[in-house]
Amino acid sequence: MKNSMEIKFKAIAENEAFARNVVASFILPLNPSLSELEDIKTAVNEAITNVIVHAYPDKTGYVNMKIVTNDNKINITVSDNGIGIQDIERALTPFYTSKPNEERSGMGFTVMESFMDKLEVKNNKEGLTVSMSKEIEKNVVGL
Amino acid sequence: MQIKSRMVNKTLYILLSGELDEYTAQTVRKNLDLLLDTQKGYVQIVMDLSELTFMDSTGVGVLIGRYKKMKECNKPIFITNPSRNAERIFKMSGLYEIMPKIV
Repeated sequence: MKNSMEIKFKAIAENEAFARNVVASFILPLNPSLSELEDIKTAVNEAITNVIVHAYPDKTGYVNMKIVTNDNKINITVSDNGIGIQDIERALTPFYTSKPNEERSGMGFTVMESFMDKLEVKNNKEGLTVSMSKEIEKNVVGL
Repeated sequence: MQIKSRMVNKTLYILLSGELDEYTAQTVRKNLDLLLDTQKGYVQIVMDLSELTFMDSTGVGVLIGRYKKMKECNKPIFITNPSRNAERIFKMSGLYEIMPKIV
């Protein structure tokens, strides 16, 4: 069955827990394993952290989060209207951070790539869109 | 996010309890530094993550920051009881090379 939801929230760190728990609640009917649920929560949180830390250097903007589920496939899009990323390839390199003085690991995109099946990052006319997808393993018992 | 500590035989055990993300990281950094600065008589630190219910790569940044701080006074930090996801992030980032895992 196909299902979808979309929310928009302020790009402030206080909203991270809310956002990752929204994702977890929305995908629960797909019956993910605990590890799959944790993988998705972590990957989404990385994408949201990126928006909060990098997208709006001079103002407070918003994060748009869209989740589409189709059978056991989950697609999550996190987008913003911020400054985007000048060099996406470089940003995707493990350990690269544009803020080396802030105790940042530069592992955000690497974690997203590892915890999800597919990751796509692209600049929009305004801001950045991160799309990631994962297939939940079907329940072998068939309950 | 709570931080508890106890001293056993000159080892400072620090228990991180709760969720470590961008929101809590700032307070965790501040409180850990306060603890590391005010506790006396320890020669090494063990970070117990058994009660850490969420962590993303922000946690790696926080830990590396404390490692750098403690390196100046030659006090090693060890990690114990990471969750499955924390373990994957630590292995990916090579954190165990500077903060070894102990069981």
